[in-house]
Amino acid sequence: MSTRDWLLTESPASRMQARLGRSYRVMLALLHNPLAVVGALIILTLVVLALFAPWFATHSPYSGQLTERLLPPSAEYWLGTDELGRDIWSRIVYGARITLVIVLLVAAIAAPLGLVIGAISGYFGGWTDRILMGITDIFLSMPKLILALAFVAALGPGIENAVIAIAITSWPAYARIARAETLTFRNAEFIAAIRLQGASAARVILRHILPLCSSSVIIRVTLDMAGIILTAAGLGFLGLGAQPPLPEWGAMISRGRVFILDQWWVATMPGFAIVIVSLGFCFLGDGLRDVLDPKGGGKQ
Amino acid sequence: MSAISLRDLDIAYGDTRVVEGIDLEIAEGESFGLVGESGSGKSTVLRAITGLATEWTGEISLYGTPRGRTIDKRFAALCQMVFQDPYGSLHPRQTVDATLSEPLAIHGIGDADRRVPKMMEACGLDPRFRFRLPHQLSGGQRQRVAIARALMLKPKLLLLDEPTSALDVSVQAEILNLLKRLRKEQGLTYVLVTHDLAVVSFLCDRLAVMRQGRIVEVADIAALKTRSMKDPYSRELVEKSASRLT
Amino acid sequence: MSAPLLDVRNLRVRFPTATGPVEVVRGVSFALGRERLGIVGESGSGKSMTGRSILRLIRRPGIVTADRMRFEDSDLLDISEREMRKVRGARISMVMQDPKFSLNPVITVGDQIGEALAVHERLPRRQIRRRVVEMLEAVQIRDPERVFGLYPHEVSGGMGQRIMIAMMLIPEPAILIADEPTSALDVSVQGEILKIIDDLITSKGMGLIFISHDLNLVSAFCDRILVMYRGEVVEECKASELANASHPYTRGLIASVPRLDETREELPVLDRSQWETR
Repeated sequence: MSTRDWLLTESPASRMQARLGRSYRVMLALLHNPLAVVGALIILTLVVLALFAPWFATHSPYSGQLTERLLPPSAEYWLGTDELGRDIWSRIVYGARITLVIVLLVAAIAAPLGLVIGAISGYFGGWTDRILMGITDIFLSMPKLILALAFVAALGPGIENAVIAIAITSWPAYARIARAETLTFRNAEFIAAIRLQGASAARVILRHILPLCSSSVIIRVTLDMAGIILTAAGLGFLGLGAQPPLPEWGAMISRGRVFILDQWWVATMPGFAIVIVSLGFCFLGDGLRDVLDPKGGGKQ
Repeated sequence: MSAISLRDLDIAYGDTRVVEGIDLEIAEGESFGLVGESGSGKSTVLRAITGLATEWTGEISLYGTPRGRTIDKRFAALCQMVFQDPYGSLHPRQTVDATLSEPLAIHGIGDADRRVPKMMEACGLDPRFRFRLPHQLSGGQRQRVAIARALMLKPKLLLLDEPTSALDVSVQAEILNLLKRLRKEQGLTYVLVTHDLAVVSFLCDRLAVMRQGRIVEVADIAALKTRSMKDPYSRELVEKSASRLT
Repeated sequence: MSAPLLDVRNLRVRFPTATGPVEVVRGVSFALGRERLGIVGESGSGKSMTGRSILRLIRRPGIVTADRMRFEDSDLLDISEREMRKVRGARISMVMQDPKFSLNPVITVGDQIGEALAVHERLPRRQIRRRVVEMLEAVQIRDPERVFGLYPHEVSGGMGQRIMIAMMLIPEPAILIADEPTSALDVSVQGEILKIIDDLITSKGMGLIFISHDLNLVSAFCDRILVMYRGEVVEECKASELANASHPYTRGLIASVPRLDETREELPVLDRSQWETR
């Protein structure tokens, strides 16, 4: 039996085979969507650039030759140089690491937090629901950037604080989604059946309800990543995110603002990077939604 | 000692009283049918026994022990339920194996690798289905998984809420046969809720007819088969069913 | 018998799937006169697809073909979509299973029924209202004026189905297709609904196609029966002669239904190898 047949078989013979088969099907379905493929390739490029930055960068991202400042794109400096003579391409490549770290950390903090709060809120209902959703609403009602600003202003600028600030403003949306999904399933017969087996509330939520909410949250997180990148860039732009000389894309745009009329590449190259990566996440998120959305008929 | 004893049971949903004044004794090893039309409250009685519905007053006792309003492991090992909709009673993301292993895991019973295939066989499930997801199974197969799941903890009492109503006619016969066989093999007590009197005639020893939350008659199954029910509403139900059956 | 109202020959419905095209209706042929024809089958038999394909309700990617689907003067598969719209509801109507899902929840009962009429006939509003109230009376709804203004969620299942029937029969079609019209209803209400359908069909000389999974119900209610299995008609007989059915599937179905005075230890189970070729 070929690997493909083994993965797609109707009757898997082990847990591993069933799980791998499901992942394979999702992947196949995604590959049918050209935009999703584009998105996935962009993200893959981002990851590869970040992981292997030293191999892709042509110059040092931190030190530059002052005699080479503000040069336009050329064969030596692919995207030109900035006001301190540093190669913009190399800075963008190393900046990819920062972007990736921010995005992953925010997702890793905000998504599980939102999921658990939303699921608990939806499952128990009553006062638990009211209190938790009240707290969620308070966070939801604050404009993201302002709250992040306030947070960073209080704790001081820097990547870690920027990450925490963005994560704090992101989790409420996931809580709402998780709660909505939980409400759909809370009264389903299969949940009743599991409760009847003597499962504790914690077990029901963790093992049975959370997996059902995860698809929606994954889709939302992927789509949100564009926004997270922009918020981080916004913070960087305001000087509150990554500090110099770190090559954070938003900070780069901020520095390049002054030169935008005559040396447009200093600001717009990092801008392109942000746009392309955001688009990549949006395409991928859309593709995932088509594949994973239970109402849309995707059976994974 | 009765398997189930209901005394003066009233169940409410919010402000409305849905079930009133139920008095019932179901003996151990008996197969008892609870029939009625939609809105009669028959499913609600089951939900109160299991603890899924908690707004009730009166007495519910299982094997002499009074029933509370919570679901604990002891109750789960004693009494299980099979639901109506085979499409809704299995977790859509869990394989047959996961669904059947779950009760064992909750109760800390090991040896799942032996027990799961054994139960699948006892319920007529092809071993090839072990790692399939519910959407890869037919309605009848799903219902077999639901029955297998209910029996994993070896309960003494099985509550069945319209177990075959959502199935095709040809599949219904298989499931009914399975239920009858399992009861004989394992000495189970059944409480079967249904609107289909013929199913009751096949599976049950005694029956109670419910109407708008009350029991109007309790009778031996012979009364149903010979069409000699006493209450006028029961007789009407029997007549209407009979007129549609050969 | 006079010329049939509907003449279907070699109806096929197929859907493309990842593993190749699948035919869900495979060469179904029948003629419908001014009679009650029952189509019985289990899930996957193609009975609902057959009903829907008569009204050309099957959209892409499903493909419907037939040698002949003759209704009145035209072939239903040849006419344009615009002409088909004049047929749907006005000449051939369909009642579906669950009024919870087949009635529009945000439009009042009276307006919905009135719309069914307004689409096909140009009448002043007052006359439409009068016809709707008359129709509500014809389906045995007491207090039709009050029900006129109700929303679907405010009426019971049985009443919802009556409303559905009223809506489908008000334009006075020649054929009614009923797809499991009583399956979502209580036993006691089923009889009433069937009687209403029966009275209306007979009084207007209509033809009825009654689709159901319930063999006993169909045999009690219809004049002729078609039994479908996996897309094919395996049995065609008069309802009164159902007990003499010849095909093993039909005989198996009849035998496997439990009886009210059941005495068997075990119900006979269908042995599909008896007739299945694949």
